[in-house]
Amino acid sequence: MISFYLDKGSGLPTYVQLVQQVKQALRLGLLRTGDQLPTASEVVDQLAINPNTVLKAYRELDREGLVVARPGQGTFVAQTLGDAPATAYRALRRDLTRCVRTAHAAGLDVEDIRAVFTAVMHETSRGQVA
Amino acid sequence: MSSPALQTQLLSKRYRRVWALRDCSLTVAPGRVVALVGPNGAGKTTLLHAAAGLLTPTSGTVRVFAEVPGTPPALSTVAFVAQDKPLYDSFTVAQLVRMARGLNRQWDRALAARRLAALEIPLRRRAGRLSGGQQSQVAFTLAVAKRPRLLLLDEPLANLDPLARTDFMRELMGTVAANGTTVVLSSHAISDLVGTCDWLVVLNRGQVQVSGDIDELLGAHHALSGPAADRLPDTVAVITRTESGRQAHHLVRGTAPVADPRWTSRPVGLEELVLGYLREPDAAALPGPALTTIEGGG
Repeated sequence: MISFYLDKGSGLPTYVQLVQQVKQALRLGLLRTGDQLPTASEVVDQLAINPNTVLKAYRELDREGLVVARPGQGTFVAQTLGDAPATAYRALRRDLTRCVRTAHAAGLDVEDIRAVFTAVMHETSRGQVA
Repeated sequence: MSSPALQTQLLSKRYRRVWALRDCSLTVAPGRVVALVGPNGAGKTTLLHAAAGLLTPTSGTVRVFAEVPGTPPALSTVAFVAQDKPLYDSFTVAQLVRMARGLNRQWDRALAARRLAALEIPLRRRAGRLSGGQQSQVAFTLAVAKRPRLLLLDEPLANLDPLARTDFMRELMGTVAANGTTVVLSSHAISDLVGTCDWLVVLNRGQVQVSGDIDELLGAHHALSGPAADRLPDTVAVITRTESGRQAHHLVRGTAPVADPRWTSRPVGLEELVLGYLREPDAAALPGPALTTIEGGG
């Protein structure tokens, strides 16, 4: 069973943190198909957070097809993650390398590039969950 | 659709020449956990008193689950814990429990006994002899054991130490999980509300300045920094703006495409958001008419 934690300094909404932790556990193989997620009451007891937040996270995971809620029983893992093809990682790496080289050639230094990268990551992660 | 747990329309309350509340309109869906924040004198306690049926509005209306506060159907569904002197000083804890049991139809005897035991509250001591923290805990226990559908808490964290605050919030969230209780709690300790409250109401100068889902509000606001000389796009609404040299820092609502590396955008936390609005009493973030009846957790 997964055990959640909170990072209050992350700036991410609590339900997003829960969603990310489940996905991380799925990627690492710590959660497998058929495993049960803790009930809202169990998470509330552990983290002292709003039960609606837990349910919101589970609804999001359900919407993405990663878990399934069985009424009266609980929420169960329906699908694992981390099987993204190695080609996807390689393609991302190649594209990023090209972007960074172009930026260098245009006169941006490492700090400039990191600032833009961070801004883009913030915006897209916000955009996904809004 | 079920009735809102709490709804006010143009609610106003005047004490002699001072308006404690002025044209407050807000809707709280069932199951929400509402953080009611604002500076001292903003009208938080007045709003809670109006919902509890402890005062008569000067104008406007207030309803709890469609009932008028203070009437028998409302009294049986609402519990209120006052900030100061929530108990009768000369009664022992045991007497208070017996009285509450006799006055309420749905009394959870086991819950009251379990909680008072866990808190190691001496049952034979008079309420006036308990510490401030113990008085708060006893008052909260009596309120929860009533099994209300709407729980109104005025500054419940004020008298508690940090550990007791966490335990209190855990207990409160457990109640919400078990019973689907709607909660409205006022507090100055905004960091204690992160992760526990899901709806934010900011009261300022007797008016509702912000009312919205906390995750949505945080997703919609950004801290934006960049050259003071640049103009911001029209897609963002500026809540606060401070300048330091050639840099300008903004709290904005809306998304700004920041392709320009001289501009940075970062997410804001609840405290930063609240403080931003409190600094600018004329700025407002309120739901449109179509959004005011969104179901809690729906």
